[in-house]
Amino acid sequence: MNDIWAGLLAAFRLIVTLDPDLVEITLRSLQVSLSALVIASCLALPFGTWLAIRRFRFRRATIATLNALMGLPPVVVGLIVYLLLSRSGPFGVLGLLFTPAAMIIAQVIIITPLIASITHQAMRELWSEYHDLLISLNTSNRQRIATLIWDGRRALLTGALAGFGRAIGEVGAIMIVGGNIDHATRVLTTAIALETGKGDFALALGLGFVLIALALLVNFTIHSLSRTERDRIW
Amino acid sequence: MVEQDLSLRLKEVSVKRRGKTILGPINLELSGSGFTIVLGPNGAGKTTLLKVLHGIERISTGSVKWSISEGKAQQMQAYVFQRPVMLRRSVRQNLGYPLQLLGLPKPVIASKVLEWSERIGLATMLDHPAPRLSGGEKQKLALGRALIRKPKVLFLDEPCANLDGRSTREIETVLQHANRTGTRVIMTTHDLGQARRLASDAVFLLNGRIHDHGPTPDFLSAPATAEAKAFFQGDIVE
Repeated sequence: MNDIWAGLLAAFRLIVTLDPDLVEITLRSLQVSLSALVIASCLALPFGTWLAIRRFRFRRATIATLNALMGLPPVVVGLIVYLLLSRSGPFGVLGLLFTPAAMIIAQVIIITPLIASITHQAMRELWSEYHDLLISLNTSNRQRIATLIWDGRRALLTGALAGFGRAIGEVGAIMIVGGNIDHATRVLTTAIALETGKGDFALALGLGFVLIALALLVNFTIHSLSRTERDRIW
Repeated sequence: MVEQDLSLRLKEVSVKRRGKTILGPINLELSGSGFTIVLGPNGAGKTTLLKVLHGIERISTGSVKWSISEGKAQQMQAYVFQRPVMLRRSVRQNLGYPLQLLGLPKPVIASKVLEWSERIGLATMLDHPAPRLSGGEKQKLALGRALIRKPKVLFLDEPCANLDGRSTREIETVLQHANRTGTRVIMTTHDLGQARRLASDAVFLLNGRIHDHGPTPDFLSAPATAEAKAFFQGDIVE
């Protein structure tokens, strides 16, 4: 119990004094995970919607694969991205390993299937509702996808937030491709892993509370911006 | 540009699902600018026929041919479904949606939306969420949304089912006006009174086949077949 109190206290002290290291790694956490979220959403929302409206030969197999990929082990993703980006790998010349960019790439790979799968589930229902009208109005695929994404944005928000949650809390992949380098690629989760290893539980817990608070803050902000759960829910 | 007369010819069309024939074989020719009513009991294939005409139902045999190219014909049609599909948006956005798809400039869309909202009596409800409208209002909105593109052909599948007298009359007024201003209307109904009020010709459908077809009111008062006669007299036809 003492450790938790000490952790709370440490967290409180860190936040109140606006500890420069804490601010730096918190901002980097946000930068990496929000970038990954934006990129993954740009890929996953249209793809998930497209899957819901198109009938093609390997559709079932694609959906099953996508659902399976939701549980992709981050460590393995990290390892593969590491091999691809390392000096001797195919993309070694880009010099991306141990940079925030590498961490973003790994997180995009981890959360894209998750967002796409949730999108597909939500869009399937909306499509069955809109199907007749959109076919009758002679819409193009592009217009159908745009209409569904816009009208289903509330459900898609849930998918995006689930993706963000997975990205911000993830440690395995970014530890491998980022390397937890101080002032370069250290983020909240890798810092917690490091402090725990060093035995500094108070600081580790402090960082942990900051992480949870951050996740809550982002969720509340997005919800209030998009005005869910308020008047005119449909 | 000379406006081409739109006509449609169905040749030996049939629709089969899981080995069961739902519709056909049907031969039918529709032309001119009339008001066609498709009559028949439940399960006769009225909706399927309408969807075949509109080109959204897969046909098993036969052919559907328009007098103009298929792409052009598609652009000139609109369809109002039995259960109106409401986009999860405001009434205003629902009405403007078909125009928005065409990429028209916003001021043009706004003025058309205003014009049509008045015509269908929803001018005061433009900012209401469409899925929360009452049944009659939804049906009127669906009708306005179908007519806003000024289609040459309008299909309606039981637009007045479950509506009270007043809503039915409002919808009929809009339909008659559209018909007078050059829209060919093809509509299914159960309601014989409505058929008498609106139709210029009627098709009687039974068990997936066209049993009888003729101009009204003669057809409704003196149909050629016994089944049609029984149906028009209010008997139950199976």
